[in-house]
Amino acid sequence: MDLQEICKEIRIDTLKCIGSIGVGHIGGSLSIVEILASLYFKHMNIDPSNPKMEGRDRLIVSKGHAGPAVYAALANRGYFSKDLLLTLNKSGTLLPSHCDMNKTSGIDMTTGSLGQGFSCAVGVALGSRLKGDGATIYTIIGDGESQEGQIWEAAMYAAHAKLGNLIAFTDYNRMQIDGNTDDINSLEPLDKKWESFNWNTIVIDGHDLKQIDEAIKNAKSQDKPTMIIAKTIKGKGVKSIEEKGFACHSLSLNEETVKAAIDEIRRAK
Amino acid sequence: MEMREAFIGGLLEAMKKDDKIVVLDADLANCIKSAPIHKAFPERAFNVGIAEQNMISIAAGLSSYGFKPFVSSFSPFATRRVCDQITLSCLYSKQNVKIVGTDPGISAEINGGTHMGMDDIGTLRSVADIVIFEPVDEVQLKAALPAIIDYNGTMYIRLFRKTLENVFDENSYKFDLFKADVIQEGKDITICCSGIMVQETMKANEILKSEGISAEIINVHTIKPIDSETIVNSAKKTGLVLTCENHEIIGGLYSAVSEVLSKNYPTKMDAIGVPNCFGEVGKMPYLKEIYKMRAEDIVSKVKEMIKNK
Repeated sequence: MDLQEICKEIRIDTLKCIGSIGVGHIGGSLSIVEILASLYFKHMNIDPSNPKMEGRDRLIVSKGHAGPAVYAALANRGYFSKDLLLTLNKSGTLLPSHCDMNKTSGIDMTTGSLGQGFSCAVGVALGSRLKGDGATIYTIIGDGESQEGQIWEAAMYAAHAKLGNLIAFTDYNRMQIDGNTDDINSLEPLDKKWESFNWNTIVIDGHDLKQIDEAIKNAKSQDKPTMIIAKTIKGKGVKSIEEKGFACHSLSLNEETVKAAIDEIRRAK
Repeated sequence: MEMREAFIGGLLEAMKKDDKIVVLDADLANCIKSAPIHKAFPERAFNVGIAEQNMISIAAGLSSYGFKPFVSSFSPFATRRVCDQITLSCLYSKQNVKIVGTDPGISAEINGGTHMGMDDIGTLRSVADIVIFEPVDEVQLKAALPAIIDYNGTMYIRLFRKTLENVFDENSYKFDLFKADVIQEGKDITICCSGIMVQETMKANEILKSEGISAEIINVHTIKPIDSETIVNSAKKTGLVLTCENHEIIGGLYSAVSEVLSKNYPTKMDAIGVPNCFGEVGKMPYLKEIYKMRAEDIVSKVKEMIKNK
């Protein structure tokens, strides 16, 4: 299956996953699907039959509320059955709203309190370098999350430590719970910020698989950390969700909406 | 020997045998004197600058990679400032991070109220799974270090930096991380004490003995999980319990012992400690005087309690 098709499957399963409980973080899940597909299905050295494999590449999804998309990607990659996706947030589930390394196979770090996962990723990258296992450490942060001071503490140290094995993405959908990031607390100029923090900085269309691929290849040739600012659309792939704007951060999704959304994704080119 | 020297020296020795131990500082390496570690193991010692939240979460990331991180800062910055990072990056995520908070309570002295961890135990004690340990002297610290390194989980170590008079005898002391030490058996009152207040209690004990008062003295070095059994057994014997701590009386040892006794053996209690107020600059004798934490304050309190028994 090509990556484009995999993205469709991940989007559909994200919708089914959130649809199974009727409410969830759909907007910021759908916006990172191409990034997840590129990492889990192309770039990461991982083994779903051995989720804790030594020396594996790791992904820390610091914007932990994108759990449903990550779970959909992991299920498609073979970490667990797709049936599990229908247990999201149900009592005793292995798939909580926010990523939990102690509950879900394939999750490399527990995240949810914004800013912390990014620092953890720096620690993981230091750990990998110390071990000398040659792993690449990937992390995805939110744009709203970048308002947290801890992001910049970690950014400063990762560059200081010349963590060339750390590749980060910003899901730059320009929206957060209370509004557009530009209205709440603007991140602009975001690329200049990362450049001035001495990161290799690349701005791409976060839904263009080729651009993601090229950015990762570029990042792997660096001796300093890379920030790939992925311009994305919150709720990408489902028009009615995209149209909700920042309100799609978390939405109630009934069976009909989910069915219509899935049809829309299937029909898309 | 200073407590920090004993700690850093012990850790350095352990690092020679255990290549998983890593050390993180946040611009206070000079205060805990971890330079020998940074010099001997530059690749395993990180100074992240003045960024405590980052330090704690980086440590959690290193732990997830199989390392055993030790981080340190002054006690309020190692606890209150990073409470969410300790809670989520470390404990909720089931990581193995050892957090050392130096200069607890009044021992911050002339750094004053902004630097006094009067509430560090209270800040962390309600967080699930955390272990909180405060050594009394060099002997206990050295005995505890192997257990601290071996414990696979997140622990807060409350460390007085300077030299302390030894309470325990190096040749006979047996340490158990989860068992309180009965320093002296007695029948009139139980005194549960921790940290620098153990030495103060021992001074008070000399006066009490001369006046015919027999105190059972228990050092609660691990305040969480607390050794309920030893405390309850002692309360059953004496029927009166005083706690002495270098921390505010809300949230620390007094609260922890009260929780144990109110459930298992309700006993009349009182407390010596900082009376739920902010700290201020001053040397320890002055601060002990204004907070009524001196040996003579303990003696008065004990006599008052026995009188009203």
